[in-house]
Amino acid sequence: MDEVIKDLIALGKGLSITFRNMLQKPVTITYPENKRKFPARTRGRHVLHRYEDGRERCVGCLLCQGTCPAGAIYIEPAENTSDNQVSAGERHAKVFDVDLLRCIYCGHCELACPTNAITLENNTAIAGYTRESLLIHKEELLEPKGTSTLGSTQAWDPKPPSTAPKEFDGSETSSAAVGQGNRPSRTKGAGH
Amino acid sequence: MTLEALGFFVAVVIKAVLFSVALLTGFAYMTYGERRIVARMQWRVGPNKVGPWGLLQPAADGIKLLFKEQLQPKEAKTFLFVLAPMISLVVALSAYAVIPIDKDPVNIFGFNIEPWVANPSIAMLYLLGISSLGVYGIILGGWASNNKYALLGAIRSSAQLISYELALGTALVSPLLMVGSLSLRDVVAQQLDHSYLNGDGGWLILAQPVAFFLYWTAAVAEVNRAPFDLPEAEQELGAGYHTEYSGMKFAMFFMAEYVNMFTVSSVATTVFLGGPGGLPVDETQGLVYRLLAHGPHWFLLKVYFFMFVFIWLRATFPRFRFDQLMRIGWQFLLPLGLINLGVTAVGVAMQWKSYQFTIAVMSMLVTLVSLSLLNRKPQHH
Repeated sequence: MDEVIKDLIALGKGLSITFRNMLQKPVTITYPENKRKFPARTRGRHVLHRYEDGRERCVGCLLCQGTCPAGAIYIEPAENTSDNQVSAGERHAKVFDVDLLRCIYCGHCELACPTNAITLENNTAIAGYTRESLLIHKEELLEPKGTSTLGSTQAWDPKPPSTAPKEFDGSETSSAAVGQGNRPSRTKGAGH
Repeated sequence: MTLEALGFFVAVVIKAVLFSVALLTGFAYMTYGERRIVARMQWRVGPNKVGPWGLLQPAADGIKLLFKEQLQPKEAKTFLFVLAPMISLVVALSAYAVIPIDKDPVNIFGFNIEPWVANPSIAMLYLLGISSLGVYGIILGGWASNNKYALLGAIRSSAQLISYELALGTALVSPLLMVGSLSLRDVVAQQLDHSYLNGDGGWLILAQPVAFFLYWTAAVAEVNRAPFDLPEAEQELGAGYHTEYSGMKFAMFFMAEYVNMFTVSSVATTVFLGGPGGLPVDETQGLVYRLLAHGPHWFLLKVYFFMFVFIWLRATFPRFRFDQLMRIGWQFLLPLGLINLGVTAVGVAMQWKSYQFTIAVMSMLVTLVSLSLLNRKPQHH
């Protein structure tokens, strides 16, 4: 009987915890309408970058193809000519295909790239109905003409993490840099 | 057949249909409410996509279940396999026939409308009998499926039902002794027409708190809800007795479970919380006072409170082990219920007032607790 009484007290405690948690705001981010901010180093879909004058950064050196552990990258290089200066160097990539179904998003390609031409960006909404639609070509990979970004290259640069703990808004490389995990900060006494 | 008898018959049929429709709609929205509330308790949002705030989710679920393939195992006993969910649902719905949702017949447009389908003098016996029949649906379904897990779930269910039916009965007999009638209409009238301090009226939860606690625990076990949902323990048995059911046949088991929840909530409301009774005001002073005093809205409010408690319990407690289940039923609920029944019987014989019952029952509880504390075995750490 005394065990039962102890159990009953425990039951009451449990009920109060669930009731208090019911009054909390849900942590769910309702996805299609609201999207969460990813850390800047998130490795999503690949992007090929350009210089400010519109030329491609990729010089067709095949280093990323060589380093790719999954064999997801296929490049056909071609010579630049004086009337067709596609990239900054001697050669450019005529064909640049990435098989998103093979890619393991390890980021070795962006580490290997000598010109910071390829980076993995925050686009994680990668889905398709056919295998062909997930084999993406140079036109889909290149950033649009007139834009010139470095992408996550800056995020990978060593930068001293800020010491003051604050809300994680995606500007830092990871939520650990502001002194917390990936979950948004909550008020005290929320049940854990 | 005389015209009056025909009118009575038509009225009963209409009310029965209305009650059934209300219960099935209630079932549909309880599934929605349960998912939303449990979600909030777990910091989630729950279904919110179909319709505004997800309010059409039950309709979407219903359409899905209607159009799903009706699978049946090759070795299943077809007749019983089809019959079992029907038994469950019909029994669950018919239990509601004797629940009064208001105190007295209402006069609307010259028609005298009784707010219950039937008012037999043995309403409580009918309820207990009918609710025990519900296990036939479960055990036949589990057996006819020709599936080990389904059979195990069904056997667990029958063992559980036998163990908790006793505690449920003893818990209900104590307040009924005080009322002196098995008719639920008398139970309601007794609670509403007499005052707590001067007579034997007042909500019976005040005079019988222990019986209420026992009833509620046994009722949760009786309808196979968490933490007593061993018959359908997903982690151990697949889905228990309805493992092999799909489509509308599964939906009928599902409906039966929720309608049973409504029934035991309504019995708890009627017997312990004054049924349709509201605030203690003089109902003769006009419509507003009449609505404040008693009405179906009060009844619904209390029933939905109990439904919330069901959901709350489910979100909080892990499932009991089978030996724990049996220990609670036979070693805790039943003895306590019998002692409580004895105290109540003495009180009824000595014509105690309501508050004296409260004092007696609570002092009984205190005595038992202190006895058990004195008898505590030495704890080794």
